[in-house]
Formats: sequence, C-alpha cells, structure tokens
Amino acid sequence: MNYQWNWGLLLKEPYAGWLLTGLGWTVALSITGWLIALPLGIAIGIARTSSSRWILRLSGFYVSMFRNIPLLLQMFVWFFVVPELLPARLGLWFKRDLPNPEFWTGVLVLAFYTSGRLAELFRAGLQAVPRGQRMAADATGMNRAQALRYIVMPQALRIILPPLTSEFLSIVKNSSLALTIGVLELTAQSRQIENFTFHGFEAFGAATAFYVLVALVLNLVMVRLQRTLALPVAV
Amino acid sequence: MPDYALIVRNASFLFDGLLLSLTLTLVGVIGGFAVGTALALVRLFTGIIGNYVVDAYVFVFRAIPLILVIFWFYFMVPLILGRPVGAWTSATVAFTLFEGAYYSEILRAGLKSVRAGQLNAALASGMSRAQALRYVILPQAFTAMIPIFLTQAIILFQDTSLVFVVSLHDFLTATTIIANRDGRLIEAYTFACLVYYLICLAATAGVEKLKRTFAR
Repeated sequence: MNYQWNWGLLLKEPYAGWLLTGLGWTVALSITGWLIALPLGIAIGIARTSSSRWILRLSGFYVSMFRNIPLLLQMFVWFFVVPELLPARLGLWFKRDLPNPEFWTGVLVLAFYTSGRLAELFRAGLQAVPRGQRMAADATGMNRAQALRYIVMPQALRIILPPLTSEFLSIVKNSSLALTIGVLELTAQSRQIENFTFHGFEAFGAATAFYVLVALVLNLVMVRLQRTLALPVAV
Repeated sequence: MPDYALIVRNASFLFDGLLLSLTLTLVGVIGGFAVGTALALVRLFTGIIGNYVVDAYVFVFRAIPLILVIFWFYFMVPLILGRPVGAWTSATVAFTLFEGAYYSEILRAGLKSVRAGQLNAALASGMSRAQALRYVILPQAFTAMIPIFLTQAIILFQDTSLVFVVSLHDFLTATTIIANRDGRLIEAYTFACLVYYLICLAATAGVEKLKRTFAR
C-alpha cells in the first residue's frame, strides 16, 4: 500500500472550515430533530398504551410506517414528493421561499423517524412499570393524568434511560443521511475533502473521531445521570 | 395524470434492484454472523487484550454512521488491494464488518442470557465443558438469539438502501433512476414505500410468530 500521510491538511483552509461547518450542520440537525422527536415520541408512546382500540390502531400504524420504510427513502419522499402533494401555494413556499429547505426537510424526516422509535421505547418503559404503581396512585385519589405524570412516567424514564441515550446517538448518526438531499453535514464534508485531495484516511478519520467522541461523551453522561437519578429503592 | 403503468414497464429493472438489495442483505447476514462469531471467540479465548480490541472494534463501528463506513471502504479497499474494485466488493466488505460488530453483541447477550446455574448443573452431571456448551448452553442461547438475529436482518435490509451513495443499483437506487428519467417521482417513490413497507411488515410478523413458537 502506497500512501502519503498528511494530517496537517485538516488544519488548512478550506478543509478546516469545511469540517467545522459540517460539524455545525450535524449538531444542528441532531438537536433540532431531537427537540421535535422527543415530545412527539412521548405523546405517541402514551397513545400506544391507551385502552381505546382506535387510538391503539392509529398510533400503531404511525409507528409501523416510520419503522418499516428505510430512512433514506423517507428523505426522498419528504424532499421530492410531499411538496408536490401539499396545496399549491404551500408547496411553492416549501420549494422556493423557505430558507435552507434541505436542512428543514432533513430535520423533519429525522424528527418523525426518531419519534416512531421513541414511541416504542416509551411504550415499553410505561408497560415495564408494575401495575400496582398505577393502582396505588388511583387509590390515593389521583386521576389518570396525575398518576402518569407523578408516578408512572418518572419510573419509566429511569428504566429507559440507557436506550434513550443510544437513540440520541442514533439521531446523530442518522443525520448523515441528510447528505443525500444536499445538506453538507460532517460525513458529506469529509467525503468532499477526500474527493478534492485523495486523502481519505485523514478526511474520514476526522469525521470518525468526532462521532466516536460523541458516543464516548454520551456514555459518560448517561452513567452520571443514572447515578444521580437512581432511587433509594429499586423499581 | 398519475402513471402507475410505469412500474409495469420497468418491472424487470426494479426486480433486479430488489434482488441486489436482498443479496446484499444475505451477504451481510452471513458475513456479519461469521465476523461476529470470530469476535466472540476472540473475546472468549484471548484474555484481556483480546477483550479490549474487540470492545474497541464494536464501539467504533456502533458509534459511526453506516454511510461513513461505506465511504471508508469504498476508498480503502482498492487502496489495500492495489487495484480498482467495483462498488459491490467494497460495499459487501463494509456491510460484513459493520454487521459483525452488531452480531457479536447479539451473540454475547444471547450467551449471557443463559443462567450460570445451567453450566454448573451440566458440569455436575459429568459433562465436559465442550459437551455442556454443545448440549446445554448453545441450544438455549440460540433460541434467545434467533429472533434478534432476524430483527437485525430486517434492519439490515432497510440499510442496504444506503448503497445509493456509491451508485450501486439496489431497489431504492433503481426506483430513483426511473423516477428521475421519466419525471415520475410521486408514483415511483410511493411504490417503493409500499414494497419496503409490506416486506418489512411481513418479515416482522414472521419473527413475532417465531418468538411465540419458541416461548412455548
């Protein structure tokens, strides 16, 4: 194998700037997407534990739609198909007047896709809390919303904290798919540097290092959080 | 006017794409299983250093996006081999090594799910370690693992669509080519959604049924 190493390349312009803006887009996509996905996922997750058959079916369909279609295809559908199906003026606004349409489409896709996965997670968490907890809350005179808010949800959250952290890591990783609709996030930028310089090891190495760093930090944060939130009595 | 006859006119092209997606899935499952088993064996037999190496391998592959893995190998495989290879070769290498990380974790969890008492009981009844593994531990571990393996295969089937970024003609890329050539994005992508949805839904239902059979 014949390869000329040149790590200094990454600190030179324009490549350093490309990496930094790429990093910025990756962070922006992941965090904005997460902020939309979390409340949506909680709501659908609660709906998945509903006693009404229709709510169960609807929320089940919602989840299965986002889980059974590849994320990449969902990107294309939201970017190319949805604007055509919207009322003409709204579609036009989407395509012409919305600043950064690629970014916002990417955020929406990531948010919906992640909300489907979070919904399943919250459903599992809510169902993992022993039934007696709900009954006890009921017996002390709480209504169902109060029981959920003060008794069941706090315990469910503790149970699902580890997979919840890996879902956040997933949205960071999945944000790389936005490159297919033209968002120049981190993976796209490293690919671009490779194309310009043929220094793939350095370019992809930099991107890899960032993703690994995120995973390491998330792991640490999760362990700390778990310790802080641990209840004196095991659930 | 929607033109759904487009699907019929291009049926064989789309079918070839679907075949490529399924083949890549199969290669990923078999290759990933082999790599995963190798990693699990390294963990079992090489002591603490092997453990660290495998841990690092699994951690890195699970931390980075699959697209980046595909880019890595698309760039690296020809460099290592010293000659150009097609996207297919580098994609299969990428999927095999990537899936290997996930499969090794599934294997580990499966082996862990068999309680320690099982091994002790087997040994106490006069079995050798190999016999205990063969007749007591592995059968139980496998029934715990198989549904998870299959679920991972369904995820992999969806992930094969990412070979779009290296222009391999999988089902999604084939759909995209037709959609753009004929200017029929709505029909083509709706059809692709339907196909993926039905395949994954049916496969998931199959896995659920298998799980219930095992549980009995």
